[in-house]
Order: sequence, then C-alpha cells, then structure tokens
Amino acid sequence: MDAVFYIAAIVAIVSTVLAITRLNAVHALLYLIVSLLSVAVVFYVMGAPFVAALEVIVYAGAIMVLFVFVVMMLNLGKAATEMERQWQKPGMWAGPSILAAILIGEVAYLLSNPSTLAFGAAVVEPKLVAIQLFGPYLIGVELASMLLLGALVGAYHLGRRTQGKTEK
Amino acid sequence: MFHLVWLIPAFPIASFLVLAIFGTRLSKKAVPLFGVGSIALSAVVSILIMFRFLTSPPPGNHYTQILWTWVDVGGFKPQIAFYLDALSVLMTLVVTCVGFLIHLYSAEFMQEDEGYSRFFAYMNLFVASMCTLLLGNNLLLLFLGWEGVGLCSYLLIGFWYRDPANGLAARKAFIVTRVGDTAMTMGLFLLFDKLGTLQIQDLMHQALLHWAVGSPYAVAAALLLLGGAVGKSAQLPLQTWLPDAMAGPTPTSALIHAATMVTAGVYLIARTHILFSLAPSAQFAVAVVGAATLILAGFSALTQPDIKRILAYSTISQIGYMFLALGVGAWSAALFHFMTHAFFKALLFLGAGVIIESLHHEHNIFKMGGLRKELPLAFWTFLAAGCSLAGLPLITAGFYSKGLIIWDTWSSAQGSHVLWFAAVIGVLLTSLYTFRLIFVVFFGEVKTPVHKRPGLRMMVPCVILAVLSVVGGFLDTPPFLGGVHSFTDFMHLALPVMTEGPAGGMTEILSESFVTLAFLVGLYLAYFFYVQKREYAEKLTAPAIGKALHQFWLSDWGMDWLYERVFVRPIIWIARVDKQDFVDNIYSGMALLTEFCYRGVRKTETGRIRWYAAGIAAGSIIFVAIVLFL
Amino acid sequence: MASVPMHQGLLLAGILFALGLTGLLVRRNVVFILMSLEIMLNAAGLAFVVAGSRWGQPDGQIVFIFILTMAAAEVSVGLALVLQIYRRFKTLDVDAASEMRG
Repeated sequence: MDAVFYIAAIVAIVSTVLAITRLNAVHALLYLIVSLLSVAVVFYVMGAPFVAALEVIVYAGAIMVLFVFVVMMLNLGKAATEMERQWQKPGMWAGPSILAAILIGEVAYLLSNPSTLAFGAAVVEPKLVAIQLFGPYLIGVELASMLLLGALVGAYHLGRRTQGKTEK
Repeated sequence: MFHLVWLIPAFPIASFLVLAIFGTRLSKKAVPLFGVGSIALSAVVSILIMFRFLTSPPPGNHYTQILWTWVDVGGFKPQIAFYLDALSVLMTLVVTCVGFLIHLYSAEFMQEDEGYSRFFAYMNLFVASMCTLLLGNNLLLLFLGWEGVGLCSYLLIGFWYRDPANGLAARKAFIVTRVGDTAMTMGLFLLFDKLGTLQIQDLMHQALLHWAVGSPYAVAAALLLLGGAVGKSAQLPLQTWLPDAMAGPTPTSALIHAATMVTAGVYLIARTHILFSLAPSAQFAVAVVGAATLILAGFSALTQPDIKRILAYSTISQIGYMFLALGVGAWSAALFHFMTHAFFKALLFLGAGVIIESLHHEHNIFKMGGLRKELPLAFWTFLAAGCSLAGLPLITAGFYSKGLIIWDTWSSAQGSHVLWFAAVIGVLLTSLYTFRLIFVVFFGEVKTPVHKRPGLRMMVPCVILAVLSVVGGFLDTPPFLGGVHSFTDFMHLALPVMTEGPAGGMTEILSESFVTLAFLVGLYLAYFFYVQKREYAEKLTAPAIGKALHQFWLSDWGMDWLYERVFVRPIIWIARVDKQDFVDNIYSGMALLTEFCYRGVRKTETGRIRWYAAGIAAGSIIFVAIVLFL
Repeated sequence: MASVPMHQGLLLAGILFALGLTGLLVRRNVVFILMSLEIMLNAAGLAFVVAGSRWGQPDGQIVFIFILTMAAAEVSVGLALVLQIYRRFKTLDVDAASEMRG
C-alpha cells in the first residue's frame, strides 16, 4: 500500500504543477481535478475513507464543476489563451518560485528528523467522524452552516446582472 | 427655612440648562417665563431667608448647609456647602432682587434680539454663579463662582459677537481680570499651604491662631487676595476693562458691570476681613487703592461723551468708595454703600438703556437733549438715581451711605485725613459728572427725536429701583438725623465693629456738611457749565493745556496707552521672535519624519492583489524562519 | 493499511501548498488565482487529515470538513466576483482591478 501513496503523491504534484502552468483555463481545471483525485487516493490510503469520498464528491465534483461553468460562461476563446501567453513571461516565475522553494525548504527542514511513527495504521470510520462532528463540534457545524448561508446570499447578490446598471 | 438656601442658585442653574439646551425651540413667550421666573423664585427664597434671619436668627447667627463633599484628596476636602450669615444673606438678597428687576426689564429690552434665549441663559448662569460666590463656605467654591461670573461677563460683553470690537472688549475684560485672578489663585495656594484649609470660617480661625498681626504670610495672602479683588472690581491698576465692557447689552452692564459682579471684590475682602485685620499694611493698601481709584475714575468720568462709559467710570469710582471703607475697617459702611449703589447704579444703567433704545442706539450724550419732556418717567427715575449717586443730602440713599463712609474714613483708627479729603473731592467730582450727564441729556433743546417709548416691563423695575434708591438710605442714618442703626447692627452680626480713633476736632455733622458743600459745588459747576453758559465748557478745552488734560482724562489717564506699550507690545514682540525657536524644529521634524515614512509606505500600497499576497507569503516565510532558527 | 512515515505526508502537503502559492503569485487571471487558492486550501486540509490519521482520531477529518465548507463558500462568492470583474473591466486581469490604490 505504500507504493500507492507514493504514486498518488507524485501524480498530485505533477498534475498540480501542470494545473498552475496551463494557459487554457479548461486544461488547467482538468489537471486540477486529477490532482484532487490523487489527493483523495492519499486520503483513502491514510485510512480516512469518508474524507476521501468528500474530496471526490465536493471538491472534484461540485467545486470544480462550478469553475467549469464560470469558465464556460465567460466564453474565453483563443484570444484569452493568447493573452495568457503574453502574461506568462518566464522571468515572472523566478520570484514566486524562489519564495515557494524557501517555504518548502523550511517545511522540509522542520520535518528533517523523521519520526518513526507512521500514519494510516488504523481506519477512522465515518461513524466516528459523525459522532464527533455532531457532538463536540456542533457549534462549528452551526457556524459553517451560517457561513454557507452568507456565501449563498453574497453569491446571489454579486451574480445579479442588473447590479451593474444600478450602481453606475 | 434656612435649608432652602440651595434653591437660590439651583433655580437659575436649572433655567440656564433648559434655556441652553432647548432655548432655540422655545417660543418668545416661554423664554422669559424661564429666564425671569427662575430669578423671581430665587428672590422669593432669599427674601424668605432674610425674613427668617431677622425674626429668628440661627444659633451663632450663622448657618451652614453641607450638600456634599466636592473633592477628597490628601486632606484637601472642599465641600459643596452654603454658608449663611448677615453678610451673605444681605448680598444674596440684593443680587437676587436687583437681578430679578433687571431680568424683568430685559424681558422687554431684549425682545427684538435674535439671541433672546441665549441672553437669558447667560444671565441665569450669571446669577447662579454669583450666588455660589456669595454663599460658598470655602474659598474654592467661592472661586468657582468667581470664575463663573467672569465667564458670564465675558460671554455677555461679547454677546453681539458679530462685531469684532465687542469680541475684543470681551477678551480684554477676561484677560485683565485674569491677571487679578492669578494673584488670587496664588493667594489661595498660600493660604492652603500654610493653614491647611480653605473653609473660610476655619481658615480665619487658623489665621488668628497662627499668625501675629503684621505677619509676612498674612500680608502676602491679603495682598494676593486684594489683587483678585482689584481685578474683579475694576480698581486701580486693573480698571481698564470695565469701560470697554459696556459693549455688552445694557441690562448686562446694569447687572454685572454695575450692581453685582464688580462688587465681588468688596465681598471677598469683607469675607476675609480677619485676614486683612492681621495685615494692616495690606488693609491700608486697600484704602489707598480705593481713594486713588475714586479720584482718577471721577476725573475720567468728567470727560466721557458716551453715556454708558460715564456710568462705567462712575461705577469704578463708587467701588473705590467701598474699597476705601474696607480699607479703614468700616466694614458695614462698605456693605451699606454696596447695597445703595446696587439700587441706584442699576437704575442709572436701566435708564440709560431706555434712553439709548428710544434714540436709535445713540450713545453720545451731546446728541441727546431735552428728554425731560419726552421721557418724563425715565427722567424722574434717572434723576432720583443720579441724585442718589451724587449724594443729594437728606433724602437720598447715596447721601447716607457715602456720608457714612466719609465720616468713618476720618473717625476710624485706620483712617486718615488725606483719605477723607480725597473722598470729599470724590463727592464733588461725582456730583459734577452726574449733573453734567443729567443736564446735557434731559435739558436743553431736543436734538434727536424719540422714536420708541419703553413699555411697562421696562418702567416698573425703574420705578421700584427709584423708590429703593431713595428710601434705601433710611436703614442707617447719622445720630443727628434720627440715628437709625438697623443696617449697621445687622451687619455686625457677621462683621466686626469699626475701631474709632481720635476725632481731632471733627464731628460727624461737620463731615456731612463738607459732603453737602462738595455736592452743592459740583451741582453748581455742572449747572453753570452745562445749562447757563454752555460755551464756557467748550472754552475750557480750547487752550492747549485744557485740550491735553481733556484728552488725557478721556483716555483714562493714558492707562490703555501705557499698558499697550509696557505689556501688550513687548509680549507680542517676544511671541513673534519666539515663533521660530529650536523647540519648534523638534516637533516639525517629527511631523516631517512621519510624512516621509508615510510617503515610503504609500509606495507599497499599489492596489495589486498579487503584490499583497507576495507580502503575506514573504512575511509567513520570515515568521517560520524565526520559529525555526531562533 | 499503509505505514508511511508521517513526515512524508506532511511534506506532500507542504509541496502542494507551495505550488499553490507560486500559482497565486504568478498568474494574473482571476480564475487561475482562485484555482491556486483551492490548491492551497486543499493542501492545508491534507495536513490536518495526515495529523488526524497519525493519532487515529477523527478531529483532523472534521477540520477538513470545515475547510471544505469554507472553500465551497469562498469559491461561490469568488466566482461571482469574477463574473462582476469581467462584466465591469471586460478582462480577467486582476491588476486591472487595482482601484484601491493608496
């Protein structure tokens, strides 16, 4: 099973790299979905099947579909890809890459004395998650529901077409 | 009964609050209801207290009402407490009653003014402060009232604030009195430092215990308090603010700058009389200040053409009499003159207000004339007050009060013949300028037609005050004229009896005769120059010396000129020089540094989200690094 | 199940996070920026699940659920904003929307 983890991890990293470098938004989204699916595999390997399922359903499913819808609504064509190409000059990658490299270096240094403790030794059942979630974390669930409600109202308000006319 | 004393300042302050907060929303009828009504209630309470005080005096002839402790810091424990004795009862009675009459008069006088409610708010605050000043049982509370009346004086002098000249006069009054107040504050510090209390009765008791007669502390404290009194009462050398204070509405001049506030200095000295008894040199200084002021102000009053300025100088001069009386230890005589002066001087100002109002705001007496027939009631009341001021023998209050002071100046152990002589000259001057005013304004031909006649609310207070200006004197008469001593006896409940010295060939009747003679000479001179031979008056000022003297007196002995050069200009010069010193550079440097930093930081504020994100990322990297490597 | 050392899972999370950050800083297109944010949020969630899994406790998964909720909310509002930006500026360039310049 260890091999599964490593393969999934490599797939996740590669597809993420591809996702952030693509010029076409739809291509990037497809790579991102691959990345999310491979993270879902990692979750499953770690003994968290419930979260793995959520990752597939909500992240790779719902959220990404939302992205796809928006990209389609915007109707970006070849011109947009061309524009992206102009924006993506090789020099632009230098600064952010250095920052990211330092960050990864720091994280790697933090983890440099590897513990022998392994993870994923036992499966945490969805039932246990549910008991905890609706027990001690109930207030968090309530807050999350309020957040979603707020997002719903906000997205509806921002998404209205008439708004542009009234404000200007 | 006596426990109602807190109501005396409480009514006006409540009315002040109502008028200050809702003033602009109240109707023109409701404003005087509050403004005058509150003072009427205060007057009723003080009359009741006076009545009770006379019929059944409290034990020890004083009563203290402690309301609450104001501050309690390290042994310093002034209270909000009111002290009643003969002195404060009398002065409160005069202030509230005269104040009520003047408020009643103002209700009509100020009717057309857009600041009607503001005027009454200030006036009520004034009465409240004045009563606090009079009733406070400790010097700090007294000082609160003292500054309160100073504030109201400032506000009311500058009442018509759209004219910059009024604002200037208000500031002048405020700043000049502040000079005196600074001295007084230092006096309070000294007293508290040495005697450990500001509660007046206690303080006097301590002073008697700790200080011998002529002790330097007592002299210093008394002189510093005298400084405050001189500033507030417009005595030499701080008298210059009062004539300019006439810029305010006339009722203000009547109430604040004639009848009540300017006599606060007299009250202060009378209240701390034990301190002054311990400092004979300071007390003598009081007498000298009074005598010098009454003469100098008398001369200045002779030359003024403005009716209100004449009365202002006359006020200075009459308060000079009160100071003279205090200086020679004739405490009750000073208070007697305070009372009669409050009556007749308030009336003179109210009469002047009637005249000014009816002649299109004309202040120059030489543009008036012949008003005797036009405004008969105003004439008769003004005449009564004028005679009282000049001291018409036998029938006016002024004669009795002033005569008493002059006789006491001679007969007191602390008096002197020079002071007596100055006081008699003062009578001559008073009579001269008073009748000059009356003859010029009311006799001769009509120069400006009367366009408006005063109504009932303006004339009723005038008539009442006229009656008081006449009969007020019969409370205390010399032995040869009935020998009534009710006023003096009453004052002696709170103030000590004057110690008499050797009379030296003078008797009271002789002194009164001299006063009468001086009065008659003044009256005759005024009649001669301003009724019989008007041209002579002009001829007097024609030659160079006459002209110079006239100019000199007109400008109040050049005091303003002198102060302008000695104090005002050097200070302005220093301020101008000092404007750019290195201290400023420190502060402007700080401002420059802040601005520089701001310009630097502003560069980072680009509005670009990615730039901000990069900042956040760099910051988190640095923080992780700090956690890792430190 | 697997017995991978915990730090390798965390390292994966760190790498994904850094990649997301790089994308966030480099891309000018708002849609890509939102995608990069999703990557970073997902990486953070991964770190929680790894930690939870290490102790065999459900808390890491619960926090992941919360992050998921937040990501959903953020994406819905963010995409609505993208539509607004496109409507107003006729471009998806995030630098065009820099009117709050100091």
